[in-house]
Amino acid sequence: MKIDKQTVLELYRTMTRLREFEMKIQELYRSGVLPGFVHLYVGEEAVAAGVCANLSKTDMVWSTHRGHGHALAKGVPGRQVMAELWGKATGCSAGRGGSMHMYAPGCGFMGTNGIVGSGITMSAGGALSAQLRKSGQVTVCFFGDGASNSGSFYEGLNLASVWNLPVVYVCENNLYATEMSLERATKSLDIAARAAIFKMPGVTVDGSDARRVYEAAGEAISRARKDGGPTLIECKTYRFHGHHEGDPGTHYRSKEEIESWKKRDPIKALRESSMAEKVAGADEFDAIDRETQAWLEDAVEFGRVSPEPDPETALDFVW
Amino acid sequence: MVTNGKREITYGDAGVEALGEEMRRDPSIVYIGQGIGPRGGNFRQTKGLWAEFGDHRLRDTAITELGETGMAIGAAMAGNRAIVDNVFLDFSLEAMTQIVQQAANAHFLSNGELKVPLMVRGSMGSVRNAGVQHSHTFYAWFAHIPGLKVVVPATPYDVKGLMKTALRDDCPVIFIEHKALYNIKGNVPAEEYLIPFGKANICRAGTTATLVAVGRMVHVALDAARILDQEGISLEVLDPRTIAPLDREGIAASIRKTTRVAVVEEAHASCGFSGEVFSVACEDCFDSLDAPPKRICARPAPNAFSPKLENRILPDVERVVTEIRDWMNS
Repeated sequence: MKIDKQTVLELYRTMTRLREFEMKIQELYRSGVLPGFVHLYVGEEAVAAGVCANLSKTDMVWSTHRGHGHALAKGVPGRQVMAELWGKATGCSAGRGGSMHMYAPGCGFMGTNGIVGSGITMSAGGALSAQLRKSGQVTVCFFGDGASNSGSFYEGLNLASVWNLPVVYVCENNLYATEMSLERATKSLDIAARAAIFKMPGVTVDGSDARRVYEAAGEAISRARKDGGPTLIECKTYRFHGHHEGDPGTHYRSKEEIESWKKRDPIKALRESSMAEKVAGADEFDAIDRETQAWLEDAVEFGRVSPEPDPETALDFVW
Repeated sequence: MVTNGKREITYGDAGVEALGEEMRRDPSIVYIGQGIGPRGGNFRQTKGLWAEFGDHRLRDTAITELGETGMAIGAAMAGNRAIVDNVFLDFSLEAMTQIVQQAANAHFLSNGELKVPLMVRGSMGSVRNAGVQHSHTFYAWFAHIPGLKVVVPATPYDVKGLMKTALRDDCPVIFIEHKALYNIKGNVPAEEYLIPFGKANICRAGTTATLVAVGRMVHVALDAARILDQEGISLEVLDPRTIAPLDREGIAASIRKTTRVAVVEEAHASCGFSGEVFSVACEDCFDSLDAPPKRICARPAPNAFSPKLENRILPDVERVVTEIRDWMNS
């Protein structure tokens, strides 16, 4: 499948935004400006970008604890994500959620989540709702290799399969659940192969290649939209940073391993391969880089100057 | 069945009626659970509904409480009204993470943007010596969590009126029936009615002491009250109907009138609902109390199987009569 130039540039724009956003979050977090805990998406950008480029605004995404990238790729404005990480009233959850509990249902973003695997069953429910309402919406659930060993994975995929639900399961296999390597966690290393248990298609994709992710997700999403049922896509990817900001990520992963993945940086890879194939030129990528910096500065400034939530609202929206 | 001009139906059928009426009224309702389709429910709690609503809206599932509950939450977040029937509340523990961590929080965390119109249905309590794993009484666990409403009906009338209210609420409601009550009969008007949450029911007016009781224990408390009435002890039996929201004002008003309060529960006492009633007594109407509050709860052991053992653990009419009599004389 030939991916057109516009899509390539769009994938590059999204990935660059995700990368630069997270690097800025790291800087702000380290300087003590942002409260709480953050799990950065650096290195995995091709997955969110490639998948979400196939979704419309009303399609639904259930995300993870490493979810800033999913939110941005699904169209939640950078300002709102930034302000949420700042705990400000203008955040997408008005400061009630933070990094692991960001919701923007108006953008089809059904939440980052601090409970590993929890989205797998809820996204099946979202897909059931879409099926019942005949809305044509597709639901995507991102989760990690860690979640693939949870009960939610088996219960969610089973229900999605038996009811032929329009949901696409995207496993971001970054090889480590916190510090636990997949090889130590299970003998079933081929996560995509587990789809066969539920008689659904299972696909393995190079998660550092945005174009391959885009294609695989496009096929699965299109199938789901045509009542073809769920798909499990395993994206082989890697987080360049530690599990959370503060974890150097180097005591359970070798330098060689980290470097080998960094050499396959998904953003650089897309740029270089597209230029080599003469799909787009350096000036076009550079223009996106400049635009991204302006976008980021605007988001940071918005987060910085936004008001804190009014303590009087702390008990709102309980019932 | 109509007696004395009043229509009498069972506790179980009252729920079926509420479901049928609300599913006809609100086409977005989807009912997910085990054995709730053609089988009509383990307790006949969905009897006849499948014939009318079919597989489309009554979704039989495998034994998958975590999955079915997560799905119901997701469906509710996405625009349907969802019911998930865990059948036995004991089994809801498999899904507790989804109920507590997802359903209860989504409205709050989305700054009010997401609604979670969800009813989690499960039956509590002891029946026919089912053994501990099918006999728990857990309503206080749910009531501890902000964002969950907890309903515990004691009569057919309350089942219908409270369930219809639950099925029009935009927040998660934990609807807990007592499995030993499914076959009791009571008056349920043919005309539509709803019972508001947070409004206690004075099941029996009295002057000597207030007995707060929940679920099946409402009937035990009423039986005990009839016996003690002959000894000049006039008990007011108050059923809160909903544990969350709790009618603190209604409980306090009764205590102010009677000057004493006891709680009768099939649940354990430790860190439980009885302590919450005591907090009403101590915080809201302490000056009205003529005696320390009293609690008559399950004794602190798992529900044993043998009838001799289980009866020793759970409160019954005899124990309530004896303990209230001693308390009044103390």
